[in-house]
Amino acid sequence: MTAYVARRLLILPLVAFGVTILIFALLQFLTPEERAALFITDPRQFGQIQGIIRKYGLDQPVHVQYWSWLKQLAHGDFGWSQTARMRTAEAIGAFFPATLELTIYMFIPIILTGLWLGTKAAVHKDRFVDHFSRFFAISLRGLPSFVWGLIVLMIFYGWLNWFPPGRLSLEADQFVHLSGEFRVYTRLMTVDALLNGQFWIFLDALRHMAGPILTLVLVEMALLVRITRSSMLEVLRQDYVRTARAKGLDEDVVIMKHARRNALIPVITLTSLLFVGLLGGVVLAETIFNFPGIGKWGAEAAVQLDVPGVTGFAMFIAIVTVLGNLAADVLYAAVDPRIRLQ
Amino acid sequence: MRRWIRAFGSSDGARMSTLRAVLDRTRTIRVVPPISLLILLLGLAVFVSPGLRERIVRHPLDVGAFLVVVVAIAGFWAVPSDLTKRLRRNPLSITGFTIITLFIIVAALAPVLAPPTPGTRDPYLIPHEGFAPDPLPPRPGHPLGTTGRQYDLYYGIIWGTRTAFRVAVVVVAISIALGLVLGSLAGFYGGRIDEVVMRITDIFLAFPGLVLAVVVTAVLGKGLDHVMIAIALVGWPLYARLLRGDILSVKQRDYVEAARAMGAGDLRIIFRHVIPNAIYPFMVVAAFDMGVIVLVAAALSFLGLGAEIGYADWGQLINMSRSWILGVPGNAFLYWYTVVFPGIVIFLFVLGWNLLGDAFRDILDPRLRGST
Repeated sequence: MTAYVARRLLILPLVAFGVTILIFALLQFLTPEERAALFITDPRQFGQIQGIIRKYGLDQPVHVQYWSWLKQLAHGDFGWSQTARMRTAEAIGAFFPATLELTIYMFIPIILTGLWLGTKAAVHKDRFVDHFSRFFAISLRGLPSFVWGLIVLMIFYGWLNWFPPGRLSLEADQFVHLSGEFRVYTRLMTVDALLNGQFWIFLDALRHMAGPILTLVLVEMALLVRITRSSMLEVLRQDYVRTARAKGLDEDVVIMKHARRNALIPVITLTSLLFVGLLGGVVLAETIFNFPGIGKWGAEAAVQLDVPGVTGFAMFIAIVTVLGNLAADVLYAAVDPRIRLQ
Repeated sequence: MRRWIRAFGSSDGARMSTLRAVLDRTRTIRVVPPISLLILLLGLAVFVSPGLRERIVRHPLDVGAFLVVVVAIAGFWAVPSDLTKRLRRNPLSITGFTIITLFIIVAALAPVLAPPTPGTRDPYLIPHEGFAPDPLPPRPGHPLGTTGRQYDLYYGIIWGTRTAFRVAVVVVAISIALGLVLGSLAGFYGGRIDEVVMRITDIFLAFPGLVLAVVVTAVLGKGLDHVMIAIALVGWPLYARLLRGDILSVKQRDYVEAARAMGAGDLRIIFRHVIPNAIYPFMVVAAFDMGVIVLVAAALSFLGLGAEIGYADWGQLINMSRSWILGVPGNAFLYWYTVVFPGIVIFLFVLGWNLLGDAFRDILDPRLRGST
């Protein structure tokens, strides 16, 4: 087990290093002039563009530039993000908690409903629930999340006014940021609201997250339903399930205790895929619902060619993704001893 | 268990071991189906005669894409084997096949269905009447309404079909080419090459696909060509890993051993014995990928990173009305047509490819049969 985790951990810095090379290589598609323009803060400086190129070493050989860029990154200095109007590292710190909170709230309904529907479909194979879930999974995978998101926005904000965009309503926002009575503990708005005993802010934050959640939950759930179903079907054929039934155990006990526990093992691997999917999905969902998370910022930075912003965003997402995959692998090996032997 | 579960999402030669059991024989497609031959000839005729070419072709890549799709699908459909026999009995695959065929027909007949205004330089630029900022509902002359700044939705959707096929085919082709070369190098030679190639795929897989595509298009700049490059960069590691895993399992088979004993070289073994055995799983992934690529391209266009403004592209159509989506107070659905029509088209396109991919996979992998 330790050896397995150690091996996985060793790959981590290697991948991180590779990611910096990839991003640096991408940045080389910009001319030195274009990259120099990023250091300009005043129109009067346009006359000194050659000076800027020299000052920041943008005309140096590639490996020299890469090395100095890497040193800069190692100090946590990603540069000034124009779209966030703050330093990129600060911007990540400011935006990520909102996205993390959103992702956590998406996970819960996806896992619960996905497992429930997948189990139901497997147990009642070839019955109505099964056909329904298959139809559901197939058609949802074709649903473009941004189109669905816009429809959710139209229905639940434009028409019903239930789930407004943004992160907080005006009063709640003023109370949180200006009144001085609201203490920040975790930066997760709902948790902080409860810790402060402000239940209305908790509800308000939840209401603002409902739109993006509804958008991505439906799209991402399809995969989970499918995997749970096929994994359950496989487990239900096993000898120990037959033994359990032969012993005269209650069918519910057989399904919940003997079958589903084992069927859950591959689902754990899936959670890392789900996590990656959600991190990509929030770029669209946050943009549509104007939710101030890291995805919306990344998309804005990309559209406005805020290079420090894009770079920081990409690096950060890559690291989070790799860590997420690693966590899933380790969890998987911990749950299933057979994996460690391979 | 774990290995084939992973294959669903994004990974290596997982389900291949099962596929081997079904398809364990080295063979190439011997019979060229007459229908695809006919279409191929028709395509060549169009390409050669200048009058027709002027009217129909418009974009050389489109013709290529069109021919590839037609030949691939018709070819796969018509290959005589129990595999395709089952495919033709499966209602899911029939539905998917019908949807894709309809899209192909629409793409081919675009100049007839939505004739470009005479004298336009580029029919892919959607014509627009005036510059009124807000979308206008369906009316005579504009059967599906117009987007913000008056681009015609119907025209955009029809010509966007060609764009969608072009993007999907070009990206799949680049991804497969890259994946084929790197994957076979890694799988066949193993050792250090394998390690290097696999670590490179690790780097590319460290990003959610959309995020990497966003970053690449941001750096390369707007435009459909850049979108295609970006999505291909995201897509190739999947194929490379798939092929590598496959080769690892094929490499030790008796027929490879036999070929080697008869003095066949590496290249001959790879091209004659290993790759033909990997082609069916590749088709499955490619079919799914066709839909996913169009989905990602549409998402990029929606974010404002895709095609230029006014280019016939489904995501673009939605982007052009983005600030009007919410309607007016009291009537949230005032501009419904700007989202619903392009949305339905994207949905159907992706659904069609998913159904085809599902059907292929169901048939190829008995263990997954009926698991959607």
